[in-house]
Amino acid sequence: MLEVSNLECVRGERRLFAGVGFRLDAGEMLYLQGANGSGKTSLLRMLCSLSPAQEGEIRWRGESIGKLGEDYRRELCHLGHHNAIKEELTPLENLRTSARLADEALDEGTALDALEQLGLAGREDLPCRYLSQGQKRRVALARLVNERRALWVLDEPYVALDSSAIERVAGLIGAHLQRGGLAVLTTHQAVAVAAGKVRELVLAPDGQA
Amino acid sequence: MLKLVRAIISRDLRLAMRRRADIVSALFFFIIVVSLFPLGVGPEPELLRKLAPGVLWVAALLATMLSLPRLFADDHRDGTLEQLALAPQPLGLIVLGKVLAHWLVSGLPLALLAPVLGLQFDLSTDALWVLTCSLLIGTPALSGIGAIGAALTLGVRGGGVLLSLLVLPLYIPVLIFGAGAVDATVTGLGAQAHLSLLGALTLAGVFFAPWPTAAALRIALE
Repeated sequence: MLEVSNLECVRGERRLFAGVGFRLDAGEMLYLQGANGSGKTSLLRMLCSLSPAQEGEIRWRGESIGKLGEDYRRELCHLGHHNAIKEELTPLENLRTSARLADEALDEGTALDALEQLGLAGREDLPCRYLSQGQKRRVALARLVNERRALWVLDEPYVALDSSAIERVAGLIGAHLQRGGLAVLTTHQAVAVAAGKVRELVLAPDGQA
Repeated sequence: MLKLVRAIISRDLRLAMRRRADIVSALFFFIIVVSLFPLGVGPEPELLRKLAPGVLWVAALLATMLSLPRLFADDHRDGTLEQLALAPQPLGLIVLGKVLAHWLVSGLPLALLAPVLGLQFDLSTDALWVLTCSLLIGTPALSGIGAIGAALTLGVRGGGVLLSLLVLPLYIPVLIFGAGAVDATVTGLGAQAHLSLLGALTLAGVFFAPWPTAAALRIALE
């Protein structure tokens, strides 16, 4: 469903990677690995159509993502380095606001349930600036509980989480793959995800790939 | 589509309510700048009446400028702008929602406050009425045009000064017709022509500005 061919990324004078290609089908997951600064985040941003590819092509269901535009974004869920939550809002408000902006209905009960699954019960009415780093990450990840879009692109989802939360998030990703979803994620922690076929891609400096 | 614009407006209003200090400081800036003029120029009603339209409008422009740098910067910093850019709707609509929300918390209070401040300049009831109308009609254009500048300077260090240099010249037509409307009332010419032109500027500003703004935001996010 997701095909990437001959992708190249240039930042300033430096070529981060070139000739990157892979293919991902329903129920499969891609682990993106590489040293710091090897271009993992840049590659994810290209997959999300946030930054253009200098060279190469990304296709979704056989069509270039640039051409698909909104139709592609409708099937894409991205979680970046930043948590994309508002410090002034409570976890509950954050969750419901982001659902409304993504044009999805999320009633209060479902949202509360999602927060509870991420271990945030009792914190749902506290402004997010009072939460710890790990709790903020949990708020961001609570979006995934009711996320039914096909392609998940997650940049370091496990950062700042404790082991029980990591397990829970890995479970969410596993359930997503079992439903026939796709996931691309970067991580420095090897976490076993229960279901689906796992592919790996290692980004090596230019010339060594 | 309307649902999305409404969702953005209600989100931004809620955020603004949680950070009331920003709104209040811009309003106090407006009040103080306007109040300094009668103190500095001296109590000559004739002169003050002449100065009033220009002073009030320039102060309104500057007060609007104060809140512009944060229009997209906060969303950019915490990553929500990325999420908005990835929403399955045109980014221009989201910008439109943000522009309208910005007007509700910056332009609208200025317009409502202006007649009270206008009393310091010994303006007639008619002139005060036209002043409020001109600000109500004209300030949405300030938010719309300002959004382009805010998007272009997003992520630039020292972007605040650059933003003023970029946006203030573009505010000139709004200033001329806004202050002109009040001036025309004071001199007895009638403000209708000025207000109509101001309305045209606002319509153009609010409905065309979101698209270049969206393009600038996409470049800033790359």
